[in-house]
Order: sequence, then structure tokens, then C-alpha cells
Amino acid sequence: MKFSEIKKRADEEWNQLQQSSDPTIFIGAATCGRSAGALKTKKTFEEELGQRGISANIVEVGCLGPCWAEPLISIQKPGGPNVFYKNVTPKKATELVEKFIAGDDPLPDSALGLVGDKGKYDIPVLWDLPSFKSQQRILFRNFGFIDPTNINHYIANDGYSGLEKALSMKQTDVIEELKTSGLRGRGGGGFPAGRKWEAGFQAKEKEKYVVCNADEGDPGAFMDRSVLEGEPHSVLEGMIIAGYTIGAQKGYIYVRAEYPLAVRRLQDAIQKATDMGLLGKNILGTGFDFEIELFQGAGAFVCGESTALTLSMEGKRGMPKASPRPRTTEEGLFDKPTLLNNVKTFSYVPQIINKGGAWLAEIGTKDSKGTAVFALTGMVNNCGLIEVPMGLTIREIIYEIGGGITDDKTFKAVQTGGPSGGCLPEEFLDTPVDYDSLTAAGSMMGSGGMVIMDETTCMVDVARYFLDFTQKESCGQCTLCKLGTKQMLNILEDIVDGKGQPKDVNILLEIGEAVNGGSLCGLGQSAANPVLTTIKYFRPEYEEHIDKKRCPALACKALVSYRIDEEKCKGCTMCVKACPVEAITGEKKEVHMIDQSKCIQCGMCMEKCPKKFKAVECLPGRLNEGGK
Amino acid sequence: MAGLATSLGSGAMTNAIDELGGAASILAIGTNTTATHPIIALKVKDAVKSGAKLIVANPKEIDLCQFADVFLRHKPGTDVPLLMGMSKVILDEGLEDKDFIASRCEDFDAFKESLAAFDLDTVEKITGVPQDKIVEAAKIYAEQSPASIIYCMGITQHVHGTDNVLAISNLALLTGNLGKESAGVNPLRGQNNVQGACDMGSLPNVYPGYQAVTVPDNKAKFEKAWGVELSDQAGLTHTRIFDACHDGNIKSLYLVGENPVLSEADAGHATDCLKKTDFLVVQDIFLNETAELADVVLPATTFAEKDGTFTNTERRVQRVRKAIEPVGNSKPDWWITCELAKRLEAKGFDFEGPEAIMDEIASVTPSYSGISYARLEKGTLQWPCPADDHPGTPFLHGEKFGTDTGKGKFKPLEYRKPGEDIDSEYPLILTTDRSLYHYHSTMTRRVYGLNVLDKEELLNIHPQDASGLGVEDGQMVKVASRRGVVEVKAKVTDNCPEGTVSMTFHFSETPTNLLTCCELDPVSSTPGTKVCAVRVENL
Amino acid sequence: MADKVQLTINGLSVTADKGMTILEAALRKGIYIPHLCHHRDLDPVGACRLCLVEIAGKWTKIAISCKTEVTEGMVVRTETPEINEMRQVAVELLIADHDTDCLKCARNTQCQLQRVADHVGVDTERLARLREREEKQPIDDSNPFFNFDPNRCVLCGICVRTCDEILNIHAIDFAFRGLKTKIAGFGDKSRLEADCESCGECIVRCPVGALTEKDYKKPTHYVKSVCSFCGCGCGMRLGVRHDQIVSVKGDISSPANRGRLCVKGRYGFRFVNSDERLTSPLIKKDGKFVEADWDEALDLVADNFSKNKGEKFAAIASAKATTEDNYVLQKFTRAVMGTNNIDHCARL
Repeated sequence: MKFSEIKKRADEEWNQLQQSSDPTIFIGAATCGRSAGALKTKKTFEEELGQRGISANIVEVGCLGPCWAEPLISIQKPGGPNVFYKNVTPKKATELVEKFIAGDDPLPDSALGLVGDKGKYDIPVLWDLPSFKSQQRILFRNFGFIDPTNINHYIANDGYSGLEKALSMKQTDVIEELKTSGLRGRGGGGFPAGRKWEAGFQAKEKEKYVVCNADEGDPGAFMDRSVLEGEPHSVLEGMIIAGYTIGAQKGYIYVRAEYPLAVRRLQDAIQKATDMGLLGKNILGTGFDFEIELFQGAGAFVCGESTALTLSMEGKRGMPKASPRPRTTEEGLFDKPTLLNNVKTFSYVPQIINKGGAWLAEIGTKDSKGTAVFALTGMVNNCGLIEVPMGLTIREIIYEIGGGITDDKTFKAVQTGGPSGGCLPEEFLDTPVDYDSLTAAGSMMGSGGMVIMDETTCMVDVARYFLDFTQKESCGQCTLCKLGTKQMLNILEDIVDGKGQPKDVNILLEIGEAVNGGSLCGLGQSAANPVLTTIKYFRPEYEEHIDKKRCPALACKALVSYRIDEEKCKGCTMCVKACPVEAITGEKKEVHMIDQSKCIQCGMCMEKCPKKFKAVECLPGRLNEGGK
Repeated sequence: MAGLATSLGSGAMTNAIDELGGAASILAIGTNTTATHPIIALKVKDAVKSGAKLIVANPKEIDLCQFADVFLRHKPGTDVPLLMGMSKVILDEGLEDKDFIASRCEDFDAFKESLAAFDLDTVEKITGVPQDKIVEAAKIYAEQSPASIIYCMGITQHVHGTDNVLAISNLALLTGNLGKESAGVNPLRGQNNVQGACDMGSLPNVYPGYQAVTVPDNKAKFEKAWGVELSDQAGLTHTRIFDACHDGNIKSLYLVGENPVLSEADAGHATDCLKKTDFLVVQDIFLNETAELADVVLPATTFAEKDGTFTNTERRVQRVRKAIEPVGNSKPDWWITCELAKRLEAKGFDFEGPEAIMDEIASVTPSYSGISYARLEKGTLQWPCPADDHPGTPFLHGEKFGTDTGKGKFKPLEYRKPGEDIDSEYPLILTTDRSLYHYHSTMTRRVYGLNVLDKEELLNIHPQDASGLGVEDGQMVKVASRRGVVEVKAKVTDNCPEGTVSMTFHFSETPTNLLTCCELDPVSSTPGTKVCAVRVENL
Repeated sequence: MADKVQLTINGLSVTADKGMTILEAALRKGIYIPHLCHHRDLDPVGACRLCLVEIAGKWTKIAISCKTEVTEGMVVRTETPEINEMRQVAVELLIADHDTDCLKCARNTQCQLQRVADHVGVDTERLARLREREEKQPIDDSNPFFNFDPNRCVLCGICVRTCDEILNIHAIDFAFRGLKTKIAGFGDKSRLEADCESCGECIVRCPVGALTEKDYKKPTHYVKSVCSFCGCGCGMRLGVRHDQIVSVKGDISSPANRGRLCVKGRYGFRFVNSDERLTSPLIKKDGKFVEADWDEALDLVADNFSKNKGEKFAAIASAKATTEDNYVLQKFTRAVMGTNNIDHCARL
């Protein structure tokens, strides 16, 4: 079938939905929505509509981004705008059917925003909201709007037209477009995609591979998952274009087995693209063959590293290969030239081909083009996935998109780039987010994690947390990474446990620098970042832990105390009953006392003390037995 | 051995072990190399790693199959049709080496004629190997040159073992894979010095250096060298000697370093023979099952307690050196035999030591003429080494073959049924094989660790056969043949094809060779231990 | 001299073969660069991070010498303050994680970690600041010939690569991650249950005391000989101590095996000094064996043989015995006993 025919059919189906005389309900049903209960909400819609005999289109779509608003759905009545609703529980769904679909009340209080002609609705336009205003949605453009399992939805929204165009271009022209776009690898390394593709193209061997790295392993990061679940075809399209460009006939997607929905979506997408002649033999009648196979990773973090990933695909243990070694584009999977890119990198490609490299190059900063995708988490009001132009400052992200720090607390640090990124303090709030600025500041772009910390976060404990992760995920072959992270972890554990010694900070620095300087792979070479940056920017906090045995953030249990304010205590015995170790004494109506020798700093007393009294307080450091 | 001697003029490995590394293809047939020749197996794996194609032909799925490009799982005893089938494919496809056949071989037409009977349909039916695999294997062997063949007892220990060997040499001659590096026909010899024993004429028909006893010139030469009159009649072969003991024709048997009670096919019969021998002298390092039957036992030393040479499977003569004093009152074999000779008032047995013996060997054995301890001190030598300045011969038949005419001889062959027929009473074929962890039994059974790693006999049986008999993995079963019965633990595995079971014979507790068949190959007198009809019963 | 490369290491001019690594070139020149995971028979992996060197150039860089090939005119320094610091840390980390009760270790004085520590120098005070590994891991003593002590393992992977690259068996590999990483059989099986063939090639190559032979006794000297099991004819060196063979090494100079041995060759030697060896001639009297001296036994045999010369006599020779033994026996049979009735087990 010719692409024009494919496109025509897709447009027809899409227009049918857009111009439907029935209301359409879009359910955000990616993993994030599902875990918030989206499928229950969907069922409620079906039941309620059924009982009322209302015919409607119900469409599962990908994730719009704002996790805090899940389950997130949108309703488009014929001729009306697409209205997004936040936190749509089954109860809310019933209400929406009754009031909005059956009735005419759009329930503005439950709405997040709308897309389209505002008309008579008193609901803000979604893109004007502070949390969306400074975002720029390129990768995310269709998330929340199309059904990822419907290839026609994708095609109707320009999908596979990039492929059609690329197939008519010379391979070197495709590479030129990529170079012009300035696109850099989105897996974290930031290597210019055009140059990598060129190397793949120039590799002499007949057998080559295209591999998509979908082994997203950073804790709290789910950007790739959202892409795979929200628009899997964009990844396939990017890979097919890559195959055509470098001269490969086979592509693999290395996806975590822990992403079952993404796996299903990809399987479905591969099948549908193949059925339409967009994948497989003789693609779009051009004589170009390309097939894509899924490979499910078993969950080792290190397999996100390119050489470990290819080894894992070969059925061997995934362990990075030491430099000097040939580039993956010379010797990758099965020792053949392999083009390995991240999910997001591939996902950009169709639009770059469609709109031209110059289009992307206009977005972003001098050396970092396009948009950056972050999973914004931590002590921030609006957690979720965001896509912003490169160069936006951290401050803008936190205070505009993120809606500021939770409970109006004070910002303390931001950690970017996954477990081996660095923690940056307030003075870096105006740092623009791009590859080079973040690296210069001592952190990194990574694959897009961004964790916001407030005053209640202990930086020593944060370093310990990340070290614990890298230590457990170290592949174990390289002395410095395996033993260095363990040694640092042991020391950090001692420090948060009140057993820190004066020399420990220096040892941490020595080991950290050796680990970063001498480890075998990129993971080891950045493993000490959390330690080194927290010492660099928060050294007094370390010293307070070690010298004064106090945790100023009140986060390290061994270095805080609980005390009952004699003035405020009304003798309600709530804390006495709550204490699991019977450390609190005092009869009813008498002032209660905590026996510090028995106290395990669990904080139950503080939690149970009635809000109106607020008699229990937490103090840094350990009190002596008399409570002083 | 007899087979290769007739077709090529020498029964030894034509090429060196190291040359396997340079082969473009290797056919491993009738050899479980990783178990019987572990270090040669490493060479084969090395070759595969550097790009050689490997064809494995074996009824059992052996370890080497993991590295094979083609695995031909033929039924036991169907080597001739398999190999002849491959030859026919090669000829039909025009892949034969016409120049080599014309210039270096003879009797090609008769062979070609005999191939007519081996069309692929017939071959597939007999061997059970799919035609496309036979074709694939034939093409690899013919096109990926140099091609080496390695084989072992899986080829020779059949009642038609000589035919099997000839089928192999036909294949090699057909493709010109002889007389050059990394090619060849390579029988992997079992024992450490079986090559040396053969070279020295520990055979009933030849003097040292394969000089036939029936040729008057040879007899005259040795009569002169030894200063005595010699018999011009070939002696009895191993199995016939046992029969002669049984029949009372041989009164006195001098048995050195062997344990036929366990290792001989139809061991029950062999034991009977030994018991009937008037006077049995056993010379060994342990009081093994055979020594128990002796009238006199003479304690010999091991290799670690004496000087000498071993000749390995690739004709490499290597020095064995005395590392420790003889244990107890044991003595080197040569010393004991010489002492007996002296007591029988014979001359020519007052050797000072092994070096002097080697000098005498060199003087009467053309292929060893250039070998001396002085030269061996500097390194090893592969025979033929006819002169003091000859560097030895890594591969044979470079210029001409060792046959009377100097040509490689094609041999027409026909398919003959494996030795023993199965019937309703004995419906399964038993084939014997070996364990990596044991060498026969006398030595390795006395090494504690090896018996931890491989502690007991197991009957390998296919799951289908096992379930038909109600046999479960790990249970004891009774195995009976027309000659004997043993009890053994079953190991259910699809390594064994359906209808075939296998056992080793390392364990005196489970004397497998009570079952095996001693029907002999008519030419070589090798017993057909690889095919014997048995019945397995649930205990 | 196109196949030679001239470079400078620590100011010394070094000639190396093309394709050689810096480490190989340095070691050949007698310049020691600390290393643990390098082995000349195996592909380099660069895991131990000890062999770092500085290579001068437009961008002076630090690289691992075990994987970096020499180039013409290369200028290499094996020690710089930066490298020394990293190396020091690496060694300290290894020691803090290692069972350092060296006197009880079979590899004492031949241990590569000892050599590295000796070269780098261990500062007790610096070392004391580190946290030692608390819990001991269980020793895998399942194999009858060798033990694996994870507390002495430095995870250099030499055993894994030996089994993979040399044996093509791959019975063992790295298992688990992080500090729990260890070398184990598939599915954390013990050495006995794994696909291990006990050839001992990994034991020979282990640079530390992690893989050691059971009941190891150090030989006083070695005697070059040949294995007495199968027809491969592997060259070996018999380790002798007093009147016993106590260990066996593969003979690298032997063209038959190039130093490699199988389980029988390496560990099967113990039959030589078995308690069950025959130590005296035995004569059967009234159905029972009675010890005799050589004269008595030989006289008895000779007397019988003298009566059964010719076709009444036969000899079975041994393929285990030496070529010389065989020559003498066939000569005896033919020349003394007057018959060609001699054969051996060539067909078995």
C-alpha cells in the first residue's frame, strides 16, 4: 500500500473520532495512571454511561505528565473543547457522567484545564497554566491525546510521514538533517546523534544493528516508559529511519522486563506497523527491509551501559567493557557495527525529518538543542513528567512548573541525572538545564531524573541513599567501583548512625575521587558524585554529624532526640500509649517525660501528640539522660 | 588400524594434533573427544573459534555437539552408509578432488561403483539422518579445505570396524584431504602408549616398525639382529589368545599391565579363559581383578618411577623420566622381562637401561632410526624419523602413500548389519563409552577425587525408553544381554537416542563388559563392543 | 622492522612488538606495573584498575596499560601523583576486603596481591581508617581437588575467562551484583555441581589464594615427563617432594598440550603413591598370595616358561608401559619364547 493511502485511511479514522457526534472520554492509562486507579475509573465511566444509555467513545491514551493529578482524564463533547480532569476517582467519574456528559455542568472545580476553544466554559486553558506554560512539548505532543495502540491515531498526527520522507532521501542527507538539528543522545551521554549515525553509516560491515536502549533504571525516572507507553510508534519510526540510514536490517529494543505495559505496547506497535508494511520486508515498497525485535532485560541497572547492554543481549552477563575499546558503532552487538540510542533520541527523529533539522536547532541553547525531559520528583508540589526547552533554569522548573516546594518549606538542593548525579544547592537555582551547564556545576543531565530536596532532607543521608543504590547495582568486576562504593557506603552509614570519625570526610573525598577517576565504566566514574557534591556544598552538615553528632535536618534517627515541652503537655497519654518501647512515663493529666536511654527516636510520640498541643518536639543531637 | 594400513599404508594418525587448529573443517565421528581426549577436544574448540566448521557424527549427543555446525545423529553401527552417503553426495555434486584422485590414488572405479548402493533415500533410511544434513555435512567437508577427520573407538569397535575406517579413508582420498597440513585421517589412540606398543610390534603379525613376520626378509633381519631363529608364523591376536587359553592350547600366559576381567568384551568369557590357563603371570602396579587370578604377580613401577618413552597418538615420541624411586620392591617392566630372559639363558637382554634399549630399537626400526635419548632431551620427535638429522614428520603421505604401490587405495564397501541383532527379547542396543574422569579403572579408581566426581556406573537411557519400561531417573535396573547380566543405576537423558542405551566400563562393581559382544571384526579382530543387544528390566 | 615499535616507559627506551599492550611491553622490559586481572593467556578486561599509566600527548591521558596497545613514539609514565593516589586507594580497598591471614594461605609468597601491595606500599594508618568487611563468606570446598575461598578472591575474573576462553566450558561466571558479587556456577551452584570438569586450569592461573589445590604440598623440584592416561600424550612436570609425587603442572613447551591438562592429568597422579600399590612379588600358594622375593618369583616363572616355549606361550603387552618395555617384551616373546603370540589392547 502506498503511504498516501495509509495516511488517508488514518485521517479518516482520526477525523471520525474528532467529529464524533458522541462525547469522547480520554483515559490516561499509562502505568502511572493505572497505578492511581485509571482502569477502575474507566470501568465506572463505562458502567455509568451504559446504565444511562449514553453512547460515547472511550479511548485509552498515554500520560499527559502531571502525576500529581492522576487519575487524569479528559472529556470532549461534540463540538466542545477537550476538558482535562484531575484525580478522577470512580466517584468523580459518576459525577462527571451525571453532571457534564448527561447534563451540561463541566464541574470547573474538578477540571485541570482545557484544550481547544474555551467557549462558554469557565476553565483555564491547559497550556496557560503555570505548570504547563513554560513547557514545550515535542516528544510529548501527542501524549494524552492519541490512543497508543491505534496506529492510525499516530499516522493521522504526522506519524510515519518522517519515515516516508527519509526513505526518499539520501542516507547522508538524513545524517545532515540530524547534524543540523544538533540533537544529542538523550540517554545521558549527550553524544551528537548525527555523528553517531554517520559512524554507523560509515561502518564497513554488511551486517549492522540498530538498538534502542529502553533499559531505564534510575530510581524515580520514568521518561522512557512514558514514551514507550504513550507513543511507541515514534520510537519504531525513529529506529526504522536509523536502520535505513546506517544500512541495518535488524533492530532490537532492549526494554526492562519490569515495564510490562511498555512491552505490550511495543509488541502491539511492532505487529501493527508490520501489518501495514511500515516494518518488515520491502518497507513502503522501497525494497528496504527492517525488522524490530524486543529483548527484555532482567533488571540490572548496569545494563543501561552500552557495552553491558549488548553483552546482555548476547546472552552473557551484562558487564561494561573497559576502554580503550572499539566504539559500539564499530563493534557492538555480536561484534557488528551497532547504532545504539536512547528511546527519546529515536523518538525525536521523525519530527526532525519532517520539520527539518533547523526547526529543532532553534529550540534550546547553543550546544544543547531541543527539549529536555525530566521526571520531577521530591519535595515539590507538582510532581510529574515535564518537557522543557533546553536552557530553562532550575528555578523556573521548580517554582513555576513544579509549583514550588511542598508545604512552603525552604529549598535545599536539587539532584539531577539519576543516582550518580550531583546535588546542587540554592546558588545553582539559576543554572540553565542543558548538558554542559549541569556538568559544569558538578551534576549531569543524565537521562532526566530531577529530585527536589527541602530543609527536612539530610544531605549525608541523601548521599548514603544514592550510594546504597550504586553499590548494589555495581557490576562487581571493577575494584574501585565495587569496593570503593561499598567503603564509602560503610562510612556514610557510620556517619548517619552517629559513629562518624573526624577523618571520614577526607577518606570519602579520597576514595570518591579515585572511584570517579579510575573506575572502568561511566557508572563507576560518576558513582561518587552524590558524595563529592554533598561534601563540596554541604560540608558543615557532614561535620555536624561527625563532630557534634547532630543531624540538623532531623532526618538521621541516631542523631536526633525527642522531647516533651512541659509547658505544652496536657497529659493526654496519647504518646505514652503510642511509644513502642515504653520510654514515656506520666499519668493522665501529668506532664509526660521521655526516658532518653530507652527512646529509639521512632517519632511515634510526635506523630500521636494532638495537633492542638504540639507538645513533642524533635531536636538535633542526642540529649543526655536527664533530657538536657 | 588394519583398515588404514591397507588403504594408506600406515595405521597411525596422519597429522599432528596442533594442525587441527589450522583446519577449515573437522569431522569428528565415533569419538566423544571431550571425555576421551580432552586436550585434543580443546584444539577442536580452538579451531571452531577461529572459524573452522565442525561436523559431529555420533549416535549420542556429546558435549562437542554444542560447537558443531552439523550434528549427524546416526544409528549405532551405520557409519559405513553415512560416510559412503557423504562420498556419494560429494561425487554427485562434483566436489571431489579430481587431480588428487588421478595422481595419487587407485581403485577409484570399483569404489565409485559401490557408491551406487548408497543413494540418499537408502542412507537416510538406514542411518536415520535427514538427507539435507548429510548433504550439508558432505559439502562442508568437501569445500572447507583442509578438512581433518578425527575418530576413535566409535568407529573401530564394531564387527565391521575395518569397513568403517575404510569408509573414512575413502572420504579423505576423494577430497584430497591427505598428505597435507591440517587435513588427514586421524584415529585418536586410546592409551597413552598404544602407539608405541604397536610401533614396537606388540602385535602378533609384525616386528617393530610394522615389519611383517611373514616376510622372509624381515625374519632374516631380526634373526640377524637378535642372533636367534624366529617363527615365520603370525601369532594369535588378543582375543584368540584368550580362546587358546580356554582350549588349553596355551599353557602359560604372561600378562602385563592390563585388566581384561573388566576391559575385555564379553568379560565373563575372558575371565573363564584366564581361570583355565595353566600358568598365569600378571605384571601390574595394583592387585586388580585380573591379578587376583594369577599364579604369580610381579610388581611393576608406574611411569613416574622409570625412564623411557611414550609415543602419543600423533606419533610423537616423548621422554618419560624417573621422578621418584620405585615404590616398595617394584621394578620397571623392562627390567623384569630382561631378568626372565636371562634366567632362560637368552642373550641380548643385558641392557644398562632404557636408553640402550632405544638404541637397539633405532637400529632395527626404520621409522625410529633417527631417534635417540640425546635428541629427545632437546625436544620431541614425530616418527617417521629415519635419520639422525631428520626433523621428524608432522604429517604423513606428503609425497606418496605407504602402500605397496605408493598410492592411496579406494575400497569399495557395502553395508553390513551391525554385529548383533535386536529382537523382542533383547530390544535395545547397548553401546559403551567412557567418562572424562576415568581411564579404564586400575589407576583412576584409586584416586579418591576422581571417584567423587564420577562415582558409579550409570545406564544412560532415553526418556521414551525409560517411561516405556517404567524406569525413573536414579533407580536401579537390571541390564541383560545374551552373555550376562548387571545391575546399574539408570540415568534418564535424551543424550542417548531412543532405542540405544549406553554405559561406561570403569567400575568393577558394575562390570559392563559382562554384557558386551566379542564377535570380532574379521580383519582386525577388534570386538564389536559398540553394538550389543540388551534388555533393561525394572528391578 | 615494521613489526617493532619504539616507545618510552618511565624515560627508558623500550622496543616492543606491534600489537603488544603497554603492560606486556613493560613487563618484558622488566618494568613492573601493578596488575591483578591480566594474564598472558587471556584477553584483557581491565577490571582491577591497577595498571593505570599516563600517556603523554596532545591530551595527556590516563589509561589502563593492559588494554592499550603500544604505538610508535609513545611516552608512558607508570607513576604520577594522580595515578599513585588512585592505585593506593585501590590497593587499600582490596586489602580491607581481603582475608589477610597470609601465613595460612596456600598462595603465600606467590600471591599477586602481595606483590601489588608490596610495590605500592601499605600505610597502616591509612588502612586503619577503612571499614573492614565484617562477615566471612563460606568456602566452597565441594570439589575433591580444590577449594574456592571467596574471602581471598579479588574478582579478577581470570578463572571465568580461563573456563570460557581456554576450555570453552564457561562453568563459572560472575554472579550477583555489588558487594555480593562472587564467582559461582550457573544458578549459584557449587563447583562440584556446576558444569566444571575439574581440569584445574583456573587454579593454576588464580593470582591469589582464592582457588587452591586441596592438600597442597609444595614440591621441592619438578621432573619433566608425559601423562600416562590417554593418547594425547600431554607434557607435564611432576612435582616431587621426597619420595612422592605431590603435584603436577602442564608443560608449556610440549607441542601436544601447550601446558594444558585435563582433570586426570592434573589430579590423577595420586595412584602412584597409593597405599594399594603392589610392593612385592606374590606367589599363589594354596589359593592364597604369599609375598616372595624377586629371585624366588622370577625363578618360578622362568622355570614354567622354559617348559612352555613356542605356541604354548603367549604374552599380552601393555599400552600403558613404555615403548622400551614393549620392545623388550616382544623381543622376549619372539626371541626367547619362539612365538609371535604377542598382542595388546590396541583394539580396546
